[in-house]
Amino acid sequence: MEPTISAAPKPTPLNTAIAVEIVGMHKWYGDFHVLRDINLRIKGGERIVICGPSGSGKSTMIRCINRLEEHQRGRIIVDGVELANDLKKIDEVRRDVGMVFQHFNLFPHLTVLENCTLAPIWVRKMPKKEADAIAQHYLKRVKIPEQASKYPGQLSGGQQQRVAIARALCMSPKIMLFDEPTSALDPEMVKEVLDTMVGLAEDGMTMLVVSHEMGFARQVANRVVFMDEGQIIEANAPDEFFSHPQHERTKLFLSQILR
Amino acid sequence: MTMLDGNQAVGEISFVRRTPIAPLPPPLAMAGALGWVRANLLSSPSNIALTVVTALFLLWMIPEAVNFLFIDAVWSGSDRLACLPSAQQPEIGACWPFVWERLPYFIYGSYPIPQRWRVDAFFVLLAIGVGWMLWLNAPRRDLGVVYFFVVMPIASVILLTGLAAIGLPPVDTTLWGGVLVTITVASVGIVVSLPLGVLLALGRRSRMPTVKTLSVIFIEFVRGVPLITVLFMASVMLPLFVPDEWSPDKLLRALVGIALFASAYMAEVVRAGLQAIPKGQYEGAMSVGLGYWQMMRLIVLPQALKVTIPNIVNTYIGLFKDTTLVFIVGIFDLLKAIEVSRIDPKWAAPVTSTTGYAVAAIFYFVFCYAMSRYARSTEARLAQSEKR
Repeated sequence: MEPTISAAPKPTPLNTAIAVEIVGMHKWYGDFHVLRDINLRIKGGERIVICGPSGSGKSTMIRCINRLEEHQRGRIIVDGVELANDLKKIDEVRRDVGMVFQHFNLFPHLTVLENCTLAPIWVRKMPKKEADAIAQHYLKRVKIPEQASKYPGQLSGGQQQRVAIARALCMSPKIMLFDEPTSALDPEMVKEVLDTMVGLAEDGMTMLVVSHEMGFARQVANRVVFMDEGQIIEANAPDEFFSHPQHERTKLFLSQILR
Repeated sequence: MTMLDGNQAVGEISFVRRTPIAPLPPPLAMAGALGWVRANLLSSPSNIALTVVTALFLLWMIPEAVNFLFIDAVWSGSDRLACLPSAQQPEIGACWPFVWERLPYFIYGSYPIPQRWRVDAFFVLLAIGVGWMLWLNAPRRDLGVVYFFVVMPIASVILLTGLAAIGLPPVDTTLWGGVLVTITVASVGIVVSLPLGVLLALGRRSRMPTVKTLSVIFIEFVRGVPLITVLFMASVMLPLFVPDEWSPDKLLRALVGIALFASAYMAEVVRAGLQAIPKGQYEGAMSVGLGYWQMMRLIVLPQALKVTIPNIVNTYIGLFKDTTLVFIVGIFDLLKAIEVSRIDPKWAAPVTSTTGYAVAAIFYFVFCYAMSRYARSTEARLAQSEKR
């Protein structure tokens, strides 16, 4: 008998009202000051789109949230857990924060299904049958259930990225991070990935998305954050952000990408 | 503007295909045996030259070998006289009665004759273990691992060295020899070097300075010394530092020496594989919450070991043949057993040495080639995920 899963799963609820809180955070790569005094508070269920020119530190910032990058000063609190050198807490945060990468980072030696069930089985200690059922459910959700027994290398870029989203969802994350999820895709595959993300947003998932897909930002974001030179320059609701950008730098950036 | 039909040439004007083209079979020259020969053996002048040279070499080698090993070979006799050239048979090939008579010595060395069943039992235990590990569809491979790494080694030690309590008289390792020693040394080296090499490789890439430094020192020190030196250290130097009653058995010391030596080489082979794994794999594994050891075991090592299989097997094959060096510290492996036998006056004949060496060559070739073939099949199986 298959474990039953409700048709439209709600995201796992957060313990606190604030999903992510970043206070006075700085980061250096050697001498290079990549992130300067980042302050950002994201409430549960909020969708944030982060944009900015390349090298502005937007990827580095969201990678700090699940500690793929270490920050050197300031505080990052993820659903009530502060990220410090405590490995236990880092693992705890990573379990509850899903991430989707620009280059998918699927495990090429495992099938699509195994990619999805690996973490539930080994990290959540879920029985294999249950993990399989959940994986099948999410693969259906991202519209590729028929590819479950293939290897990632046999899929198109758009399909791989949807598998990566399913893989993250299988851990029932409270927060999802997207690091330029459509930048490495052919134009005709961008839409299928964005549609999946819109679906997630509609379910109320807390999302941080680094992206230049301004259409997506308009459609789902509660706030758009603009970064440049390691700083947050401007953050506003999408309507305001696109129609009345305040900062000169923001205006210039928007004029370049919205043509 | 005129539209052209699909069957007409594409001009400068617009083109719309009206009839789709169905797939056709490939031209005859690409298929069949003739196609294969043309494509692979006779594709270019240099290829033709290589084909001819290879064919001539094989034509020269194969009849020689067949003549020596079979056609001119002596098949029966009781001493050297059978293998001497005579008027009836001026050309003498391999002297098989010599091998036949000395075969027990080649296999068991000086292991006491009434106890030799214990060596046979050890070979059977080992064969079961190896078969269980290498046969992928074998039942209960989890038990197989326990058997191979725990049950079999303990049983083998008790069986071979003896345990008076259960009625197995002790046999000193100085009496061991031949294939028994070669197989023991090689399997200990092969079984120990991979896990230890993996740990050393991970240590060398560790962020913890102590772990890293210790691994680097061990690897570089051991790699910087010839195997013979390690064996001399183990058999000659160690007893100088350690009191007699503490000093372990001579064979054991050589075993430890070879296992550590092979581990250092294996560590570098594995490290090369680890370096081939993109950073994104680590990040993907960390982002789903895997811990360090889970990430290594489930994501990184399977991929790293896969790309290094040819190198790992290369190291294994090298190790298997390097076991012959133990004769330098007075341990009788197969090659040494053959060495001793070939100068036996009872069998003194011009072909005795050649026959003995031919036996050694066949033995080493069979084992090394088997390892190579198994590795190829593993590579093919693991390449599945790259198939489109």
